Amino acid sequence: MSPATTTSAAAVRATGVGKVFPTKAGEVVALTGVELEVRAGEFVSLIGPSGCGKSTLLRLIADLDPASSGELSIFGKPAAQARVDQDYGIAFQQAGLLPWRTVASNIGLPLELHKVGRAERTARVAELAELVGLTEFVDRYPDQLSGGMQQRVAIARALASRPKLLLMDEPFGALDEMTREYLQSELTRIAAETEAAVVFVTHSIPEAVFLSDRVVVMSPRPGRITDVITTDFGHDRDDALRESPEYFERVTAVREALHGVKVERANER
Amino acid sequence: MRRGAAALWGTLGVLAVILLWEAYKFLGPAEGVVVGADGSTGSGVMILPRTNDRAMPHVWDMVARLFQSTSGGDTPPLIVPVVTAALTTLGIAAVGWLIGVLVGTLFGLMMQRWKLVEWGILPWIVVSQTVPLIAFAPVVNSLGLQIDRGGFPWPQWLSVAVISSYLAFFPVAVGVLRGLDAPDRIHEDLMRTYAAGYWQTLLHLRLPAAVPHLLPALRLAAANAVVGAVVAEVSIGMRGGIGRMLIQLAGQASSDPAAPWGPTFGTIALGLVAAGSVALLGLALKNYRRGEATA
Ligand SMILES: Nc1ncnc2c1ncn2[C@@H]1O[C@H](COP(=O)(O)OP(=O)(O)O)[C@@H](O)[C@H]1O
Ligand SMILES: [Mg+2]
Repeated sequence: MSPATTTSAAAVRATGVGKVFPTKAGEVVALTGVELEVRAGEFVSLIGPSGCGKSTLLRLIADLDPASSGELSIFGKPAAQARVDQDYGIAFQQAGLLPWRTVASNIGLPLELHKVGRAERTARVAELAELVGLTEFVDRYPDQLSGGMQQRVAIARALASRPKLLLMDEPFGALDEMTREYLQSELTRIAAETEAAVVFVTHSIPEAVFLSDRVVVMSPRPGRITDVITTDFGHDRDDALRESPEYFERVTAVREALHGVKVERANER
Repeated sequence: MRRGAAALWGTLGVLAVILLWEAYKFLGPAEGVVVGADGSTGSGVMILPRTNDRAMPHVWDMVARLFQSTSGGDTPPLIVPVVTAALTTLGIAAVGWLIGVLVGTLFGLMMQRWKLVEWGILPWIVVSQTVPLIAFAPVVNSLGLQIDRGGFPWPQWLSVAVISSYLAFFPVAVGVLRGLDAPDRIHEDLMRTYAAGYWQTLLHLRLPAAVPHLLPALRLAAANAVVGAVVAEVSIGMRGGIGRMLIQLAGQASSDPAAPWGPTFGTIALGLVAAGSVALLGLALKNYRRGEATA
């Protein structure tokens, strides 16, 4: 959106990033020593047991919380600047639509806040509604949509300012398996069409493998990156991929990478 | 469907009250029941009220009285001055409601924005409501008179409106404070990702999200404004309103027992109209009540 955004710079570059939450019971080290680079247009998943700091890392990237240590740059600028410049779009597990706004005006909210003219806004909203397949539903209200449709609206809204980085925190976590797989395919298509880099938080191994160019495996206490697995599936991802041997191979690799932390997870419960 | 049921229950409620009234009047002792009387008049404690026509006129007599001339001769039926007085009070209460909503909203906005303000003034706002209206109504009245004498015209009804706004602002201040803090965390986070400032967040998120909290507050404020206006009229002796009329006719009750019920009904109608107007506001804002738990 801003002219300062240089496409040559990495979408996300984290060096030695840490996050400590001071709580009444003492300090909680949510993240420590995170080294991560997400290239422009790359699809990266963060996977790991709950409490390993996936959401925290995403919130640091989004400048919703400040990092306690290390350096974080988004397209070569500080996270705060990137947020102000609307360099990223974000979607959470809950769609978080405003219930009093129609689908169209929910999608158009970021544009409205940034004083985009009505005509341009209408055109952009129509384009986005088409992209997520909701053209017929633009006049509905969120409470008239299924969970999957609400999540698609949230994705369209995240894409409204044409960000080159999409941050998603378990966006399909609350959906049924059928809807989930459908939206996964849609997301790979959308990511390819918009050429946006994606940082995608999930705790589903098949989901991470199907979507990502690289799967970043994390482990808790203290939250850190323990492994990175490259998939090399290229851009074309369809249901045939889900049944291919390469796919199963990567699923196994990620599972094994997580295995070390699985024991800890059992202790945690 | 729901609305039909509500109307049915409302009607049944009114019928039940009428029935109770008439049943007690029919069954109860004409001179009531007094315990511990020593024979002299006025001694003892009355535990059951009298049921004679002077103490408890029939409901139909009260209604019929509305259509009989106000004070004999050519005077118009009682309902005419009742309606006029009720409208006068309604107008004053509406002004009081508006002032209350403005002041309450301002307090609510400031308390939500700055926690320090909330800590500092919320206790005082609560305490303010424990000061009885009749204690400070004369103070407001004499202030008004001074302002008026000072050259700035200050009609007496304005004092009544100010006093009624004193009761009306309270639920609004608390409702606005709670309502503006109502948005989900996720929505506040989203507004931050859009780099939206305080005013944008207020306009596009906090105020719309506050509507479900605001409507009950506004309804309470309307009821309070009516009560405040009636009590204020009586305590500063303003003429023309329904409160004053109520007192006047109650004074003549021994000779004309059904008459004070005219302004009483007028007051009830007044409250209903005030609450109904806010309900209309709720209808206009129905899109902001989506997702509201149906109660
Ligand atoms: N606001 C906060 N205050 C205190 N501790 C927090 C806060 N947010 C997260 N944490 C802690 O940080 C750790 C990582 O949390 P989170 O990033 O939500 O994990 P994940 O998303 O991987 O499940 C957890 O131990 C959690 O309790
Ligand atoms: Mg999480």
